[in-house]
Formats: sequence, structure tokens, C-alpha cells
Amino acid sequence: MRIQTPLARARGFGSAKDGTHHWWWQRLTALLLVPLSLWFVASIWWLVIGGAGYAAFADWLSGPVAAILMILFIGATFYHLQLGVQTVIEDYVHHKLIKWTLLIKLTLASLVFGLASVYAVVVVALRG
Amino acid sequence: MAHQDRPLSPHLQIYRPQLTSVLSILHRMTGVFLGLGAAMLTCWLLTAAAGPKYYAWSEWFLTSWLGYALLAAWSFCLFYHLCNGVRHMFWDAGLGYSMRATYASGVLMVLASLGLTGLSWGIGLAFYFTR
Repeated sequence: MRIQTPLARARGFGSAKDGTHHWWWQRLTALLLVPLSLWFVASIWWLVIGGAGYAAFADWLSGPVAAILMILFIGATFYHLQLGVQTVIEDYVHHKLIKWTLLIKLTLASLVFGLASVYAVVVVALRG
Repeated sequence: MAHQDRPLSPHLQIYRPQLTSVLSILHRMTGVFLGLGAAMLTCWLLTAAAGPKYYAWSEWFLTSWLGYALLAAWSFCLFYHLCNGVRHMFWDAGLGYSMRATYASGVLMVLASLGLTGLSWGIGLAFYFTR
């Protein structure tokens, strides 16, 4: 027996009102982040823990491959982060006002930090 | 729906910790902690954009004992979240749902994340000392 009305089935969005969008992008960004985060660690590790200095860092980041992969990594990371922490907040914070305040802060902070990171990459990459 | 204080399932207070539940909650905790690492990434990149003088501040912090402790924690959390994420992908594909497989993949995942953390530090420090 189906409890759903035919209209609800046709819309197909379920109770969250956006269907599988959240689930799907969580997975898609995760899939992207498997190679990207391995590349990220492999590339920056010696720059960071070795304290290689600005010149070495800028030299690495001003290559086109590094800059583009870095921007892709930043985008996937902050989107994945936003989706993941959203789920954690929804699961554990039950006070309505606190929950929505946190969710709005999370979304805006992810956007601002993500954009700031991309901006910084572009600045360093173009300055060389 | 007037009553708001009903207990929620699972009742963590009376739930015996198992490998599966502990690894699951660690996935969330490492994820949230990696969020702080992402904020550090932004700071690191912004100081680089501001110029060599400010980038030196980031390097000073990251190569301090607190920086190294954070990097050690972030690197382990990243590999843990990565390996367990791959484990989740197998589940999404409908694979590895038996109790045996779930426990085996859990142990394998922890060993892999410890191994990758050790490997990254080994290679990183080797670069550092041979530079």
C-alpha cells in the first residue's frame, strides 16, 4: 500500500523538500576528495612541515595544475564540509532557534572561507 | 507532538560501545575536526596572499609544537575520514554488509589510516632532513 499521494510521488522530493540532492552531493564531493586530498597532502606536506618558505610555496602554487587542482580541492572541501556538519547539527541540536542559527552560520562561513581560499590561491598563483 | 523531551534512539547512555558504533561516531568527530583544519587552510592561504612576511607567521605557527600536534591530529583525521569514506562508498554500492565484513573492513580501515599517517610523516620528515 502506498500512503503517498500521486502528486507527492510525482514531485518526488520527500519530507526534506529537496529529494536526494544533499545525499548525492555529499557522495560526489567525497568521490572527488579521494584523489584530491591525497594529492593535497602529498603536495603540501613537505612545504608545511619542512617550513620551506614563501618562495617555494609560491613557486609550487603558480603552476597551472597546482592552482586549478587547489581551487577544485577547496570547492569540494568546503561544500562537503557544509553538507556534513549540517547533518551533525540536524542530528544533535534540537532547540529550533539554536539549530537554525548554527545552520545559517555554517552555510555562510563555508561560503566565506571557501571564497577567501580561492581568492588567496588566485592572488598567489598570478603573482608567481 | 507537544512533548519535546522524549528520549532519542539510540540511547547512548545504555548502549554498549562496539567497534562499529565507535568507528561511526569517530567518522563524524574527525569530520568536524577537519572542518577546523579547513579554516586553518584558509588562514594559511590568506597569509600567503598577503605576502612573504605574513606567510612567515603561518610557518612559525605550523612548525611550533602546537602546530605539529595539530598537523599530526589533522593528518590522522584526514586519512581516517578518507578510508572510512571509501568504506561507506562500498556500503552505498550494496557491498560488505555482513557482520564479518563490517568488522573486517573496520579493522582494515583503522590500520590503513594509521599506516598512511605514518607514511606521510615518514616521507615528510625525510624530505625535511635531506633538504
